[in-house]
Amino acid sequence: MNEHTRPKSLVGKSVERVEDASLLKGRGRFIDDLPTRRDTAHAAFLRSPHAHAEIRAIDTEKARAHPGVYAVLTGEEVANLTNSLVVGVKADVECWPMARDRVRYVGEPVVLVVAESRYVAEDALDLVEVTYETLPPVIEPRAALLDDAPVLHPSLGTNLINERAFRYGDPDAAFAVAAHRIAITTAYPRNSCTPIETYGVIAEYDPGEDAYDVTANFQGPFSIHAVLSRALKVPGNRMRLRTPPDSGGSFGVKQGVFPYVVLVAIAARVANRPVKWIEDRLEHLTASVSATNRVTTLEAAVESDGRITALSWDQIEDCGAHLRAPEPATLYRMHGNMTGAYAIENVTIRNRVVLTNKTPTGLNRGFGGPQIYFPLERLVHKIADELGLDRLDVIRKNLVPSDAFPYRTATGALLDSGDYQSALDRAVTEGGLDELIARRDAARAEGRLYGIGFTAAVEPSVSNMGYITTVLTPEARAKAGLKNGAQAVATVGIDPLGSVTVKVASVPQGQGHRTVLAQVVADRLGLPLSAVRVNTELDTNRDAWSIASGNYASRFAPAVAGTAKLAADSLRGRLATIAAAQLNVTAEQVEFADGKVFDSGNPDNSVSFARVAAASHWAPGTVPEGTGQTIRETVFWTPDELTAPTPQDGINSSLCHGFIFDFCGVEIDRDTGAARIDRYVTMHDCGTILHPGMVDGQVRGGFAQALGAALYEEYAYGADGAFLTGTLADYLIPTVLETPEPVILHFESPSPFTPLGAKGVGEGNCMSTPVCIANAIADATSVEDLTLPLSPSKISALIHGEEKPSAKPKRDVKPMKARAGERTLSGEGSAEVSAPREEIWAMLLDPKTLEAIIPGAHKVEKISDTQFRADVTLGVGPVKGRYRADITLSDMVEPEAVTLSGGTEGALGSGRGQGRITLTKTETGTRVSYSYEAGIGGKVASVGGRLLDGAARVVIGQFFQSLARYAGRGKAAKSASSGILARLRSLLGRRA
Amino acid sequence: MKPAAFDYLQAATLDEALDLLHEAGGDARVIAGGQSLVPMLNMRLARPAVLVDIMGIDDLRKIEASANDIRIGAGVRQAQLEAWPNLSARLPLVAMALPWLGHVQTRARGTVCGSLAHADPSAELPLSLIALQGSLHLRTKRKRRTVAADDFFLGMMATELGEGEMIEAVSFPTRREGTGYGFNEIGRRHGDFAITAVAAVVTERSASIAIAGVDDRPRRFDVPLPSDPGLDDALNEIAWDLNARDDIHASASYRRELTRRLGRRTIEEAAACLV
Repeated sequence: MNEHTRPKSLVGKSVERVEDASLLKGRGRFIDDLPTRRDTAHAAFLRSPHAHAEIRAIDTEKARAHPGVYAVLTGEEVANLTNSLVVGVKADVECWPMARDRVRYVGEPVVLVVAESRYVAEDALDLVEVTYETLPPVIEPRAALLDDAPVLHPSLGTNLINERAFRYGDPDAAFAVAAHRIAITTAYPRNSCTPIETYGVIAEYDPGEDAYDVTANFQGPFSIHAVLSRALKVPGNRMRLRTPPDSGGSFGVKQGVFPYVVLVAIAARVANRPVKWIEDRLEHLTASVSATNRVTTLEAAVESDGRITALSWDQIEDCGAHLRAPEPATLYRMHGNMTGAYAIENVTIRNRVVLTNKTPTGLNRGFGGPQIYFPLERLVHKIADELGLDRLDVIRKNLVPSDAFPYRTATGALLDSGDYQSALDRAVTEGGLDELIARRDAARAEGRLYGIGFTAAVEPSVSNMGYITTVLTPEARAKAGLKNGAQAVATVGIDPLGSVTVKVASVPQGQGHRTVLAQVVADRLGLPLSAVRVNTELDTNRDAWSIASGNYASRFAPAVAGTAKLAADSLRGRLATIAAAQLNVTAEQVEFADGKVFDSGNPDNSVSFARVAAASHWAPGTVPEGTGQTIRETVFWTPDELTAPTPQDGINSSLCHGFIFDFCGVEIDRDTGAARIDRYVTMHDCGTILHPGMVDGQVRGGFAQALGAALYEEYAYGADGAFLTGTLADYLIPTVLETPEPVILHFESPSPFTPLGAKGVGEGNCMSTPVCIANAIADATSVEDLTLPLSPSKISALIHGEEKPSAKPKRDVKPMKARAGERTLSGEGSAEVSAPREEIWAMLLDPKTLEAIIPGAHKVEKISDTQFRADVTLGVGPVKGRYRADITLSDMVEPEAVTLSGGTEGALGSGRGQGRITLTKTETGTRVSYSYEAGIGGKVASVGGRLLDGAARVVIGQFFQSLARYAGRGKAAKSASSGILARLRSLLGRRA
Repeated sequence: MKPAAFDYLQAATLDEALDLLHEAGGDARVIAGGQSLVPMLNMRLARPAVLVDIMGIDDLRKIEASANDIRIGAGVRQAQLEAWPNLSARLPLVAMALPWLGHVQTRARGTVCGSLAHADPSAELPLSLIALQGSLHLRTKRKRRTVAADDFFLGMMATELGEGEMIEAVSFPTRREGTGYGFNEIGRRHGDFAITAVAAVVTERSASIAIAGVDDRPRRFDVPLPSDPGLDDALNEIAWDLNARDDIHASASYRRELTRRLGRRTIEEAAACLV
């Protein structure tokens, strides 16, 4: 075979990934693998057990005195050395990386300890005593807007930190004349894409230069570098930020490491040595970042044929306890795409951003997409059902027409390319929709529950760095200076022997950037893949970068790989000029292939690539004048289409727009309520495909995470703000056993706006799949009002109807009253005591008695007539903790009734409870009746939720049983729970 | 997520282990496979002063079969029992339940008796032992006793084990002629803690079910035969009798519903094995 006729292009082939050999052999270099200086110390954080509380006092004395401890820092001490983190909207509020006078979410850092090892640092955390005064929390975003809602930030005076209203086209007229107005309200839950590698930071401070040197598994955008420099009060060139060679996944989440960059950098400065911190899984789940939860009311003006003429959005975005950069970006990333894949001319939008007592939000794969497609595509489904139309026809009727590209959406996006109708038609045919419908009909004929769902979506990629300024009014934007664009950068260098190095500021987390860049550059220079080596580590003191650098918004293939092509082309042009002189041809005649540079008209007239490349190094005098060097070329590229928001608030929020059409068949098990995905078909148009294997890998990965969002995953909070999913046994990520293989289809409409015609593809299924599965479940169950994740228990409640009651008389049936998702419990009981009421009354006010009857009490002190303080050890099985309990007596009606309320604090968490004791005179003595309600928070609630209810029930029951027994001095009538003593003995070990 | 300091002691013999437990008293814990205890140590939920490792004791690593029961020592890993060639023939219920217990990786480390001592209310092995009415052989330095499964599980992670006491072995009654067994479990994902797990034992003349994941310990009930029209009502009363709890994964009502539906399904499957 003539070597010059071989297919030359590497781009478009699934070449073997250059990353995999070392990763699969355990030779990856992740942050925790990196060498550190010998004197490196380790940090650990004490975190808030409360969702909302004032910090009254922090006693760090014992921790500071602990051997091996180098530094202990409170939020106040950190604040003395830093500035508040920049907040992305104009509001009178500060954003500190560590709590100062108030904690606002469970897991918020309160104290930082630096010690010789992580073990010692955690030992020291146990010695810190924090006194909190709890405040009522606000958890639900609508509740945060109520007039009497607790306010998180007193300086703000409200939980509504930003509100904007937008109007595009003439929505009033469209709604006025519409044949139908159809609306839906949805609540999208909190979840996260949960990388396997947690956050990590290694920081050093050089007092000589007043400069920080930080390595963190941060992923960008590097606009955050400006936030870090300001927070640390140094110019950017004294805040050196580096990233490790490998990253164990991010999906956006690693952007949220930045507050810890500030904290660990300050820790290094104060401890006067390098400090390393690797986040553990409990810290990660509790307090890293989550995607936003959002409550949306969406109304459509609809013609009788299903054509949508206007949309009205009302979105309440919940960003958690602080508005951290770049929030409220989740709400605005999709702003140009609020009409999805549809041609809808008239739109109103009301956007409200609220703060609640939950973990602050941040980047997450699909960023803002799932939150809009869930209501939009549920609504399209509902419109078809209400008007008696075919669901697929309603989608078809509203899609952006094939001849309309590039298409400007009502809210300002410029949809670059596509043929949505053809892509949909091909998916229907190649994905086998007819067969799926036949399966549904057959299943239903047998009485089974089976449904089909559809979703059409636009997947934006390459964010306009100016989109977030849409949150500002046009006047404020003009005043602050318009922002726009997205600089990508790539450097291609050629060494003296002619091998090629590519350097980009893309910070991959496993995506395979090095492979694709080698493909792109090798193609341009006519080299084999192995001749090109790619470095994707980033060092802000050494490498070319800009604020848009990093790995987010699916910008790699369209922007970064495209810029690498431009840099390679630039070198290629100069190499051609040099070669032309050597080959005696014009530069236009020069071709590059197989490591040779040759005359395209006469391939035998050739010279090796290495020889041409060598000229700039070894013999610059031979390079034709005016050609310039071929040693290294750095290209910055920002697309012209990414313009600033218009005065009318139109915003081209992203450069590229892929198209997705999904459909699926889902069967519900009638007995268990479990949803089984029978088939999932996903059609993608992501423009030119650079590496088919990696594109399919992106689709599979996004699909698996979306399946998690649809059926399994939720960052769950109790009504008291307790975080309930602190382990991977509670935050349920689907494994390969739960994840079916989707049918992946492709349609290629190259983007006219990117150098390679490629668009992003990594986030699409996170946007389209959750709602597609929900649509199928709605079809199967005929239930409209669905909230993710659709667990078997939730679906069971929809399909099983009223529960069969017990035949026994009601008083014998005692279901627990705790509500789902709340770490609160309540109960009641009574015991007969052979002692008069007055005697029992006196016991309740006597610390000695309380010491005897409070389970696990070591000491009870009387603070005042109605206040006691106890030191108790409580536990279940091997789980034991020592707590300080404060007990207050109130509503006292001597000698009939008293209310005991109390709170406990300990290393494992906190508890609060209230019990009402009623003493009734009986023939033989007194009936002691009690009812109680208790809540438990902190670490125990986050990781031991399954065990707590039973344990707390036993302990609380024991208190009242002991009271009865103590009062009767062994003569107590036999109570209903006589086995309780044996149980308690094993619960409390030898303390009982 | 690093444990507090503790002493780690490897016992070479059972007597040595019992001596160590006796000396350390209530501050000691036995560590076998460590699949439940180690996460608790790392999260500092458990802070024993002493860990006594019993996995070096050869005598405890035996599976001993006799006519009426299979005695499994405290050092037998779940994977070892799973691979025991006579498991399906002698302990068909345990053979059905074991694949549901965690994952291949956790079964490779976790022990049979460790799961019983941990007494998680959702766990498959305590459920199987209750269903088969097996017993546990307990030892302290000073005494040995055998406790019926019904008396061993007291509640949420609470057992009859006293201070300084450890499980030496467990005895599962073997398959009897004319008996059918059934097992079903519903969890959120494969290998998760059961929301509800049901084991059934059915003969020509009697039927019983045991249920895990609903109350704070596995519980066993005699029920009408599957042909009896009263079975559904009986299962409904059982559902209400269990103190079903709400948690983030499932409502109490859902757990009761599974008790009814899975209960019937499992009894019918056990009856089908009879013929």
